[in-house]
Amino acid sequence: MIDWSGYIGLILQGALVTLQLTVLGSALAVVMAFTAGLARVSRFFAVRALATTYIEFFRGTSIFVQLFWVYFVLPFAGITLTPLQAGVLALGLNVGAYGAEVVRGAVKAIGREQREACIALNLTRYQSMRHIILPQALPLMLPTFCNNAIELLKGTAVVSLISLTDMTFQAQVVRAQTGNTLIPFTVILVLYFLMSWVISRSMRWLERRMTRGLDGVRA
Amino acid sequence: MEWDWNFVWQIMPTLLEGLKITLLATVLGAAVAAVVGLLFAILRLSAPKPIARTVGFLVEFIRGTPLLVQLYFIFYVLPDIGISLPALVAGVIGLGIHYGTYTAEVYRAGIENVPRGQWEAARATNLTMRQTWLHVILPQAIPPMIPALANYLIAMFKETPLLSAITVLELMNQAKSIANSNYRYIEPMTLVGVFFLIMSLISVVFLRWLEERYSRVEER
Repeated sequence: MIDWSGYIGLILQGALVTLQLTVLGSALAVVMAFTAGLARVSRFFAVRALATTYIEFFRGTSIFVQLFWVYFVLPFAGITLTPLQAGVLALGLNVGAYGAEVVRGAVKAIGREQREACIALNLTRYQSMRHIILPQALPLMLPTFCNNAIELLKGTAVVSLISLTDMTFQAQVVRAQTGNTLIPFTVILVLYFLMSWVISRSMRWLERRMTRGLDGVRA
Repeated sequence: MEWDWNFVWQIMPTLLEGLKITLLATVLGAAVAAVVGLLFAILRLSAPKPIARTVGFLVEFIRGTPLLVQLYFIFYVLPDIGISLPALVAGVIGLGIHYGTYTAEVYRAGIENVPRGQWEAARATNLTMRQTWLHVILPQAIPPMIPALANYLIAMFKETPLLSAITVLELMNQAKSIANSNYRYIEPMTLVGVFFLIMSLISVVFLRWLEERYSRVEER
């Protein structure tokens, strides 16, 4: 009979790393999504081109390839990252590129009359974005951001392949030490599912919070 | 370390060998996903309630957990109960089931978008269930789904490097083994990135064309 308590501890340690990656990656992704998404609707061609290149590049190649590139190729350019830094960087940039399209779509979806009203009221571009456009665009973004966050959580499993000790890595360790495959993998599948469930629940809550007070603004 | 073109040409045949497996896995995985998705969608829409709910939960579960772990599960756990699969088969099944849960949603939305009147008309003209699906519902439901399905096909193509984790010798795995035996990471890793970028830029153009072709059909 195997004593499972030690192994459960190992997997929980891994869960903590997964959680850490998800939170840090999401933070970077949100920053990138807004930066690149707003840059896509900029007045200046150069800014738009830069943002488009970033988005197409990161959406065009897979997270796995990007992660390996960041971890194995950047050191030759003199930038050595720890596995955690590489993971957060790759995940954040990748999911941020998907998020940028969401931001752009939501900003574009706000009606023309809102923009015209801003011009009529002589608001600066910053003011109209900050006080008129974004507050209405945010609720439109949230459902897709929720999916993106779950994609990011699922993406974290890939970092186990660059030897970061996340949940998937620890499950492999447990498998190697006990010879049992069913239990560790089932446990982490359930844990991943619980995490994605928590993400979708809290996003739904946030969505209700943010649409409060917008009743009657949109049909 | 410098970029070395000679090395690039030297490793190209091996990488193309890997690319072939990548494409094969994508095509087979897509076929599995198309069938599994339809199965999930029909079960969720028309099976008795307990079955529909169980399938619904299963779909949510598969969508909420990482593909990599599911691949490990298929590749390492199934042999314990006597089902030993070659790596590529396990990979194709994993990809197919995972993306099947996504295509199921596309099918479901497509089928629910067929107006109620069509069902009633089929009932009124005394068509059997089979005839209703084959001749009335599916021909109307499928064309608007095509761009969304193609989108998932591209997404799946980009996920195939995960198969290298269960020892399938596809593009990424070939690149890794080249990198490890030559201690050169820049060329193989960059080339893999370039291959994927080229393929997905081509498929973006293709997707635009599909959208032009199919999604405007409904606008009258």
